[in-house]
Amino acid sequence: MVAKITVNNLSCRFGKSQSVKKLDLTVLENEILGIIGPSNSGKTTFLRALNRLNELHPHYKQQGEIFIDGKNILLEDPELLRKRVGMVFALPLSLPLSVVENVIYGPKRHGVKSKKELEELAERCLRSASLWEEVKDRLNGAALKLSGGQQQRLCLARTLAVEPEIILFDEPCSGLDPLSTAKVEETMVELKEKYTLVLVTNNVKQASRVCDRTAFFLMGELIEIDKTEKIFISPEDKRTEEYVTGRFG
Amino acid sequence: MDAKKSQKIAFGVLLATTLAVVLPVLFIIMIIIKEGITAINWRFLTTMPSNGMRSGGIFPAIVGTIYLVLLSVAIALPVGVMAAIYLNEYAKDNILTRIIKLSIVNLAGVPSVVYGLFGLGLFVIFLKFGVCLLSGALTLAIMELPVIITTSKEALSTVPLSFREVSLSLGVSRWQTIRYAVLPHALPGIMTGTILSISRIAGETAPILFTAAAFYLPRLPGSLFDQIMVLPYHLFIISTQIPNMPSKSTYGTALVLLILVLMMNFTAIVVRTYFRMNKKW
Repeated sequence: MVAKITVNNLSCRFGKSQSVKKLDLTVLENEILGIIGPSNSGKTTFLRALNRLNELHPHYKQQGEIFIDGKNILLEDPELLRKRVGMVFALPLSLPLSVVENVIYGPKRHGVKSKKELEELAERCLRSASLWEEVKDRLNGAALKLSGGQQQRLCLARTLAVEPEIILFDEPCSGLDPLSTAKVEETMVELKEKYTLVLVTNNVKQASRVCDRTAFFLMGELIEIDKTEKIFISPEDKRTEEYVTGRFG
Repeated sequence: MDAKKSQKIAFGVLLATTLAVVLPVLFIIMIIIKEGITAINWRFLTTMPSNGMRSGGIFPAIVGTIYLVLLSVAIALPVGVMAAIYLNEYAKDNILTRIIKLSIVNLAGVPSVVYGLFGLGLFVIFLKFGVCLLSGALTLAIMELPVIITTSKEALSTVPLSFREVSLSLGVSRWQTIRYAVLPHALPGIMTGTILSISRIAGETAPILFTAAAFYLPRLPGSLFDQIMVLPYHLFIISTQIPNMPSKSTYGTALVLLILVLMMNFTAIVVRTYFRMNKKW
C-alpha cells in the first residue's frame, strides 16, 4: 500500500500546553486509520493539524512536517489543502440552510454555477453518504430539522461535495444513537474504496469494527500503531492493552 | 419584625422605585399628547411654516429630519459594519487593535456639542461644504459609528465559531466564509443596532446646530449642499426665539418628533422579534 499522509516529528502546542509530542505516523491510501485514546491525548489536535485548522487558534505553534502525497502541506495554500482534506466534526454542524444548500455550500463558493450540475452533485453526494432515500422529498427543507444521525450524514455529504481525497472524522458518532452510528460506520466502510479516512474516536469498539489499522494516543504521544486486530488482541504496550480492555480511560 | 414582613416591605420599596422610573416617561408622553394633539392635522404636517413660523406647518422640518437621518445612516452603516467585521474577524490582539477599541469607546462618550464643533471645523469650514445637509449627515454619521460598530461586532460574535470552521474546512476562503456563513446570520443584530442608533441621533440638536440646520427655510432642500430645517432645532427655535408662539404648535412639533423616534424604536423591536422567532440555530 502507498503512503498517503506522512507525519514526521510533529509537535503541537497551544500557548503553554503541549498537546502533541514528537509524533511519527503514516496513513496509507484507501485505509481507515483509527485513532483512539483518552480525552486530552491529542487526537483531535493531530487531526486538525492535517487540514491546518489549528492555525485559526491565535496561540497555536507547530513543529515537524506533514506530507500529503509527498508534498509538505505547510507550503500549500490552506484553502486548496482543505479542499483535498475534508473533515466531519464531532457534532453534526449543519449550517442553518436547506438540506441541498448545505451540500452544495462548498462547490458554490468554489465557483460551480450551473444549477443542473449542482443538483446532480447534491444527489450523488447524498447517495454516497447513504442519505438520499431519506431526504429526497425534503431537499429544500431546513437541515436543522433532520435527526442528529441524518445531519451527520448530511455533513459527510457536504464534505464529499468538494471532492476531497482524504476525510477526517472527529468523533463523528459521539452524539448519535446506536442505529445512526451503525449507518455512519457502514458508510465509512463504503467510502474507503475511493477515499483515505482517518477516524478519531472515543469509542474503542467503533475502532475495532471499522478501522484497518489503529493508533493509540496517550498524553500527546503515539504509544502504538498496528493492524486493528493486533491492537485489540495482542498489543505490544501494556498501556494499550489496559485502554482497549477498558481498565482505564 | 419577622422575615415575611421585612420581605414585603423590601419588595414594596423595590416596586416603588421601579415605578418611579416609569412615571416620568408616562408624564412626558401624556403632557405632550395632551397639549399637542390638537395641533396635529394634515395641514400642519404637509405645509410650509408661515407668518414667522407662528402659523402654517412643519413639513420642511419633517422632510429635513428624514433626509438627514437616512443620509447619515447610509454613510455610517457600511463604514461601521466593515469596521466591525475587521475587528471581530481579522484583527489580532495587538496594540493597534487596542487603540482602535479604545477610540470607539471614547467616541461614544464625546458630548454631542463637541461633535457639532468638530463638524463645523472639518466639514463646514475646512472641506468648504458649508452649512448643509451633507455636513450635518457626516457629523451625525460619526456620532452613530460607535453604536453601529459595537452592536455589529456583538452580532458577529454571536454567530457560532463552528459555522466558520465548517466553511473553512471545505476550503472556502476567509472572506467568503464571512460573506456567506457569518454575515447573513449577523444581519438581524446589525439591523436592530442600526435602527436604534438612528432613533438616538434623530433627536439630537447640538451636532446639527452649526453644520446643517436653518433657522427658517420654507422650502425643501434641493441638493446635498442646501441648508435644511430639522425638527429638534425647529423645536428649539420656536420654543425660545419666537415671541407669541402658540404653545399648541410647539407641543405639536414635539409630538411629531417623539412619534418619529418611537416609530423607529418600534421598527427595531419588530425586526428583532421577527428574526428571533425565525432563528434557525
